[in-house]
Amino acid sequence: MVELKAGARFQSTVCTTEVIVVKGAGEVDLTCGGAPMVAAGTGSIDGSPADGAAEGTQLGKRYGNEAGTIEILATKAGDGSLAAGNEALAIAQAKTLPASD
Amino acid sequence: MNLMMLLEMAASGLGDRIAVGSRSNGLTYAQLLNQAQAAARRYRNSGVDAAVLCDESSHAVPITLFGSAWAGVPYVPLNYRLPDDDLLALAGRVGSAVAVTDEANLKRLATVDAVTTVHQSAFLADPAGGHDGGVEPGDWNMDPDNVAVLLFTSGTTGTPKSAILRQRHLVSYILSSVEFMGASEDEATLVSVPPYHIAGVAAMLSSVYTGRRIVQLPRFDPHTWIDTVEAEGITHAMVVPTMLTRIVDALDERGGEPLLGVQALSYGGGKMPRPVIEQALELFPITNFVNAYGLTETSSTIALLGPDEHRIAQYSDEPAEQARLGSVGRPLPGVEVAIRDDDGNDLPAGQVGEIFVRGEQVAGEYREKGSLLDADGWFPTRDGGRIDADGFLFVQGRNDDLIIRGGENISPGEIEDVAVSHPRVRDAAAIGIADREWGEKIVLVAVPNGATPDAAELEDLIRSRLRSSRVPAHIVFVDELPHNDTGKLLRRVLREDYTHLGNDPGD
Repeated sequence: MVELKAGARFQSTVCTTEVIVVKGAGEVDLTCGGAPMVAAGTGSIDGSPADGAAEGTQLGKRYGNEAGTIEILATKAGDGSLAAGNEALAIAQAKTLPASD
Repeated sequence: MNLMMLLEMAASGLGDRIAVGSRSNGLTYAQLLNQAQAAARRYRNSGVDAAVLCDESSHAVPITLFGSAWAGVPYVPLNYRLPDDDLLALAGRVGSAVAVTDEANLKRLATVDAVTTVHQSAFLADPAGGHDGGVEPGDWNMDPDNVAVLLFTSGTTGTPKSAILRQRHLVSYILSSVEFMGASEDEATLVSVPPYHIAGVAAMLSSVYTGRRIVQLPRFDPHTWIDTVEAEGITHAMVVPTMLTRIVDALDERGGEPLLGVQALSYGGGKMPRPVIEQALELFPITNFVNAYGLTETSSTIALLGPDEHRIAQYSDEPAEQARLGSVGRPLPGVEVAIRDDDGNDLPAGQVGEIFVRGEQVAGEYREKGSLLDADGWFPTRDGGRIDADGFLFVQGRNDDLIIRGGENISPGEIEDVAVSHPRVRDAAAIGIADREWGEKIVLVAVPNGATPDAAELEDLIRSRLRSSRVPAHIVFVDELPHNDTGKLLRRVLREDYTHLGNDPGD
């Protein structure tokens, strides 16, 4: 389990994926490639993503849960897929805000 | 969090795309990353507390901005046009620093002991300044509270304050409002605001993250702006109101031929005169207009009026929809806006009070007086305004500019809005001048649109739309209103210019 908080950064332990939390709070079982994610810079990559959890992450994409309570952004891409508890996190729709500066 | 995270992502996703400069000899994202690392070497190895930029726009802007974030020292852009005393006072407040600057400011800043200067051309030729090592990929400070940028407020009402923007404020702003690699390869943005303006900082960050090429216009001139738009294939631009006024005039001089290549034009940083935006909508007939409202202390934009609202207002017969052109739109996702009275109570829709704002990007902190956020994270903007029933925010100007006549608070904005609705008034400023009888009386300084209108006619118009207490005691016509170089109206100057129209309580 890790503590979700806007700005918190985590890394996968089975692929190169790294994420930053855009939205989320509280203890969550955040996994990548089926293995628990750890605070960025504190782990190393060992093994590979589990079957069924290897669809990969894409750089700069936002991933969220169905309820909309979690949003994380991939700052480094990798081979594993993201999940919170038993729920796979899916790519959230792109923002359509017009450029303002 | 660190601004470098944004550049690292861009360099990893779009390494070969041009980040800044012309298509033929600009810097790619990979090269910008490399140059930022070199600049970080200079900052870190020389052990300075700040990275100053006292210069007009050049490639040095993104290099010093990202390089300072990498080194872990604040980026401090200074207004290179300030008079000697003001510039030296600000530079003296920064601490030990390396300053990238131009010829004239090299001499001026040499008198500040703690500041080491380097000429822009020498810096661009060797951002590391001969330093080697000490900076490795990814070794930036990830503490979200690390200070990213120190920006001096324009000081239109007093001594400039240094606003603190931490890594988390700016990164949150970008992550919540910009889509990574959202721009296509042919997009380019023209940055004509100076580096020391918050919009100049925000433009670097959002363009890098979305992958839109940055083209810089160091000295704004409306004809150069138009020529650059055409020569560089500019698709996006941000301007302050005085710039748009001059662009509209220049296009008019050139025969009123519309500019079709500009896909998106955003404006902000001051009140846009209604006649100017209406004319601009005609001259840029297929451009998406955005009115952005934000402050230095809020990491740039907190509310915006989008393209559709602009076009609806242009073509609608509905007064409520037309009125939207005077609005700054709705808050960004993740930003909350409230209107409060003098006692701090929330006001319902339609009522005028002070604008308060809350969100991850809201810093509201100064070196001189600490954080101004209340216990719940709300920042008092000192701007007056109201929110209509549909959630559109209308800004009525700085509370410091309120005219207090006969004990009644009068917002200059409401008088100005009515004045510019007269077809022969292009821009207007209402100010309060000391008066024995009323405390303050209203002077309206107006810029005619063509032939000068009749003052009595203008008074009647204001009387018919507002209360009689809003009718100016004097109406003066001028060719131009005084603005600072980033387009903010200098009411202080107007008040000085027209003091003689009042009768001071002491006389």
